[in-house]
Amino acid sequence: MTIHQISIFIENRSGTMIKVLNVLKQADVDIIASTVADTAEYGIYRIICSDPKKAHEQLKNAGIQCTISDVFALELDNLPGKAADAVAIFSEAGISISYLYSFLLNGKGILIFRTDDNEKAKATIKANGLKYITEPKLPTMA
Amino acid sequence: MDYKSEYLHPQYEALSREELQKLQLERLQATVQHCMNSPFYKARFEQCGLKPEDIQSLDDIRKIPFTTKQDLRDTYPFGMASVPLTKCVRLHSSSGTTGNPTVILHTQKDLDEWANAVARCLWMVGLRPDDVFQNSSGYGMFTGGLGFQYGAERLGALTVPAAAGNSLRQIKFIKDFGTTAIHAVPSYVTRLYEVMQQEGVDPRRDTKLKVLAIGAEPHSEEQRKRIEDMLGVKAYNSFGMSEMCGPGVGFECKEQNGLHFWEDYYIVEIVDPETLEPVPDGEIGELVLTTLNREAMPLLRYRTRDLTRVLGRTCPCGRNHIRLDRMKGRSDDMMVLRGVNIFPIQIEKILMQFEELASNYLITLTTDDDNDNMTVEVELEKFDDDYAKLQKLEKEIRRRLKDEILLTPFVKLVPKGTLPVSEGKAVRVVDKRKVYQ
Repeated sequence: MTIHQISIFIENRSGTMIKVLNVLKQADVDIIASTVADTAEYGIYRIICSDPKKAHEQLKNAGIQCTISDVFALELDNLPGKAADAVAIFSEAGISISYLYSFLLNGKGILIFRTDDNEKAKATIKANGLKYITEPKLPTMA
Repeated sequence: MDYKSEYLHPQYEALSREELQKLQLERLQATVQHCMNSPFYKARFEQCGLKPEDIQSLDDIRKIPFTTKQDLRDTYPFGMASVPLTKCVRLHSSSGTTGNPTVILHTQKDLDEWANAVARCLWMVGLRPDDVFQNSSGYGMFTGGLGFQYGAERLGALTVPAAAGNSLRQIKFIKDFGTTAIHAVPSYVTRLYEVMQQEGVDPRRDTKLKVLAIGAEPHSEEQRKRIEDMLGVKAYNSFGMSEMCGPGVGFECKEQNGLHFWEDYYIVEIVDPETLEPVPDGEIGELVLTTLNREAMPLLRYRTRDLTRVLGRTCPCGRNHIRLDRMKGRSDDMMVLRGVNIFPIQIEKILMQFEELASNYLITLTTDDDNDNMTVEVELEKFDDDYAKLQKLEKEIRRRLKDEILLTPFVKLVPKGTLPVSEGKAVRVVDKRKVYQ
């Protein structure tokens, strides 16, 4: 029910992003969505891509500190209030979301997020009949 | 006491070079003889076949082996003493975070002489018994507290042991007591000024301040000028170290052109830290000091690890006591930050306790808006995409470092493999402070 996201620990310094992107370019990996969480000292660059395993391997080989995380990807209708409704369900279930970002894919709103309790989140998605995206589906959608 | 005299101790301060050297030789001979009562020195003299009567001239000091901080640690706590412990009345100790602490013992006579030396320094820069002296430096084991306290009292000034911190109270004291002189580390003076500004206090209009003694942390000429401009005072550089009592070893006169090291108290040598041979006047080398009138714990040719140079042996102020430049750095890896002595190994020891961290780290010292700061960058061993965890980790590193070095550094986690690794010995400390520019 979850998909793989590459999370990269990067320095807040010019030249670090391009190093990451060049590795992905050379590996012929397609970036579907990405976001940077920054603090004064460092950043976490999170990427949903066409081939997370390959991306992870190539980044590691290039000496870039990264990890694969399991995140949820909900598919929502692109209408006002849909994100609020979805998040409310998790909130009511007592599940904390540690980070969240979204993007549009083929006219659908995609909500990517990580929770503190994946098992409970899975049960909640199931119980509420929420639509989610599986990893094999991602490249075909892009 | 003659208020009008420029000298508190004219019998020592106004000596000619020849008279000074004659006094130094007498005192050196007596000191070496007295060192035979120290188990450490007795053994060391026997080891190198040195007898007190071998010291016939000041140059003969070079026959005496150097004493190091390691010797002090090795003889911890009382192995250096040259008098029975019952004769000692005071003990100062370093924090000892890099191994055994070091202990310095004092007899009552030592404390008297120490107070005299500090009083002489303060008199030299214009303090008189009608002054109000506020000592805004740490007390306890830090010798800048009690050293200036006794010195200012010996001089006869009204002395306020305000200690460090609580800036609002400090400013209230300065205004209410009519404080005319302050001793503090330079970064704290800057802090005081900031708070004065916030509180709408104009030091020129609202205080009687005229003299500042600053020391215990490296500072540049520009920093001194800025402090003088801020407060409308004269700021004089003070040099001390706990091994030599504390403050009162060297102090600037009104010429502000180098620190007079009191040669009736110490023999000053400047040596090449590698060859240990003397360097010519004007060239930078390591400061080596020999105490000349200490009872409890004389130290012979003590390697201070501070780097400086001889500026001159005469001075328009009339004192012929050697003038040394402000300290230019260290010949070991010790850092002095806001008056606190820190070794990189202390930081390393803490960082290595975290299994989340890799072994590569870098310490950077900077001056930001007049404050000296330390940033510790350390590589993360394992990254697991949890921001809250990283923040918690940073906080915990900061807390444990503070417990160790008594200052709170900035902590910066960096990705593994991003810190510079040099061939062989890694560069651990980068000092970008203005003082060393």
